[in-house]
Amino acid sequence: MKTFGEIQAIREETRKMLDLRVNTQADTKEKHILVCHGTGCTSSKSPKIIENFRKIIEEKGITNVRVIQTGCFGLCAKGPIVIIRPEDTFYAHVKPEDCEEIINTHIVEGNRVERLLCKDIDGTVVQRLDELNFYKKQKRIALKNCGVIDPENIDEYIAFDGYQALHKVLTEMSSEEVIECITKSGLRGRGGAGFPTGKKWHFAKIEEAEQKYIVCNADEGDPGAFMDRSILEGDPHSVIEAMAIAGYAIGANQGYVYVRAEYPIAVQRLKTAINQAREYGLLGENIFGTGFKFDVDIRLGAGAFVCGEETALLESIEGKRGQPRVKPPYPAHKGLFGKPTVINNVETLANITRIILNGAEWYSSIGTENSKGTKVFALGGNVMNVGLVEVPMGTTLREIVFDIGGGIPNGREFKAAQTGGPSGGCIPAEHLDTPIDYESLSQIGSMMGSGGLIVMDETKCMVDIARFYLDFTVSESCGKCTPCRIGTKRMLEILTRMCEGKSSIEELNKLEKLALNIKKSSICGLGQSAPNPVLSTLKYFKDEYLDHVSYNKCRAGYCKALCNIVIDKEKCKGCHICAKNCPVNAISGDIGKPHEINQSICIKCNTCISKCPFKAIHTETI
Amino acid sequence: MEEEKNCVEKRLTKEMDEILNKYPRQKDSLIAILNEIQEKYGYIPKQCQMEISNYLNMPMAEIYGVITFYSRFTTSPKGKYNIAVCLGTACFVKGSQSILDRLKERLQISGGETTKDGKFSIDEVRCVGACGLAPVFMVNDEVYGNATVKMVDEVLDKLEKVEM
Repeated sequence: MKTFGEIQAIREETRKMLDLRVNTQADTKEKHILVCHGTGCTSSKSPKIIENFRKIIEEKGITNVRVIQTGCFGLCAKGPIVIIRPEDTFYAHVKPEDCEEIINTHIVEGNRVERLLCKDIDGTVVQRLDELNFYKKQKRIALKNCGVIDPENIDEYIAFDGYQALHKVLTEMSSEEVIECITKSGLRGRGGAGFPTGKKWHFAKIEEAEQKYIVCNADEGDPGAFMDRSILEGDPHSVIEAMAIAGYAIGANQGYVYVRAEYPIAVQRLKTAINQAREYGLLGENIFGTGFKFDVDIRLGAGAFVCGEETALLESIEGKRGQPRVKPPYPAHKGLFGKPTVINNVETLANITRIILNGAEWYSSIGTENSKGTKVFALGGNVMNVGLVEVPMGTTLREIVFDIGGGIPNGREFKAAQTGGPSGGCIPAEHLDTPIDYESLSQIGSMMGSGGLIVMDETKCMVDIARFYLDFTVSESCGKCTPCRIGTKRMLEILTRMCEGKSSIEELNKLEKLALNIKKSSICGLGQSAPNPVLSTLKYFKDEYLDHVSYNKCRAGYCKALCNIVIDKEKCKGCHICAKNCPVNAISGDIGKPHEINQSICIKCNTCISKCPFKAIHTETI
Repeated sequence: MEEEKNCVEKRLTKEMDEILNKYPRQKDSLIAILNEIQEKYGYIPKQCQMEISNYLNMPMAEIYGVITFYSRFTTSPKGKYNIAVCLGTACFVKGSQSILDRLKERLQISGGETTKDGKFSIDEVRCVGACGLAPVFMVNDEVYGNATVKMVDEVLDKLEKVEM
């Protein structure tokens, strides 16, 4: 249990020690080696890198260097990432065996390890983090602490104004003022639907009940999206603090974080953070001596996409099958265990403390007229800089894909960007200049969604992408309502036949009709939005559908049943690389002479296409 | 044989008691209990379901309904090497379907199934969060990034040689 005075003392003392994290001119002999310990870098052995650094430092008796595990830096494509501060040197693709060289050359001798320095898309060597084009157009609010602090050390969070917002609301603001501040800021739900957060809190506040709840929705099921996970892994306290603030605002004293069990690192960080906050008296009884009581518990999900829908999530916390409830009543009226409940997404909550501290006007000055603040996107797919980006609302898709994302690899063309996951749509090149906000995206047939942004190049077949999403929806449909349970299955069957060249123009019409009906008649958001990938691709890429149903042709050369892989005899130099890489030995030919693919053996895995140095291999319609 | 079976049952009952006693006898404990059992045994044996049913005073059918609803829970054991192929969108557009197809072809099983000898099983998972390394597959906890069909073959060749 700590008093506010003690918290302030920790804040000042730790902040001094951490100045070198944010100030490249910091006057210190100390150095901090920051190693990304998010899921992406962990998969490529960053824990081993941390271990090696610590071992070498101890062996050499170096005392002025600390090794810190941080959350995601964002540029996952360059992982594992090591950053040395205060000079801000950015080392990319570091391997555990590189640690010794970094310590010897960088720390001991004071020189940079040239070969490990990060290179930008144009090949220029980047000396400092902020020189990277990837970071130039970003604005970090929700991700402010990610990659700066050690998420498992509450003192570091406190050093960067942690728990100041909670103290401010508890001692200086009434609950009405808190809600008014959030309403004025213009913050809208970042889970996808974009409901105004202040309004949601207000509805729960005016309910009279002995017990109310705050629920944090961390059931990030959208495939290819990892914003919420990165926030929980990199800055868990910001979510816990915001939940306490929300609790104060609506009059709740219990919060639940519903998080996917598939996110072990995030779960563990959250547990650590909750325990630390309890120890410091920032959760529990009588917080800051104000009489306000609030606690947070974790509830694990078990792999059901539909549980991201708020009422299904509540059912799941109650220990049942995660089937959505019919609304109304809305959760603010009758939610968890029948009590008024506010459900906020992780990213929404991560914005709260900054709004309280910097004011509603500051926040509403960022973004567009109806969409304020920033949005975090998980940029993935066929784009150079795969990673996590946070941009002000109103940034165009082109800026995200080309300026921040660095464009499309292998000299290919941009074909579409997919936002909103299985509930969203594909945006074609002609809409690249659309500013990203809730309204513009839904106008062009997609949606903001939780923030997955997948870029696709010209080799992707849009019919197959629609099939992919429907396959997802079918396996994730909870089965409660008929349109979603049966309708999506029929849609998937039609799309599968199209990809196999067994469909007809009549079926195409049926597909469209089905899609519109399912959209209108499903109970929950999952079913209502499930046809979106089909409808948006039908809108922008109808020619491709017509090709499939009328001519059994896939112009992208993707659908296996409709294409063969062939070698261009003119371009083939006979280097034999394709044959060496072919897993089924379907390619033969003498070195120096054009090679050939045996179509009866070929499994169409496309490995040869990606390996050919002369771009001599391509797909061809049968 | 009979004796051995009794012995296993007894052990399971004892371990189950330890797990169950950690949780309050409320319906909302169910998913947490199932998560712990799944983690510990790799699946949820029928005997455990019966013990939970007694403990929470819930019908077996309801428990079974919950187990089958969530993809994380399984009622049959996974293989010694559980190979999970990421079918998240980022991996999919980078060719994870070919990886999955090859695995199915080599092992002659579908997603969610286990080979007869109990050595391999295939899981189709949605986003393991390593989108920077797409396409990705995992063998138990080890992640294989920037995967190719050839890599699948190499990994399988290696594992097939390992004695059970």
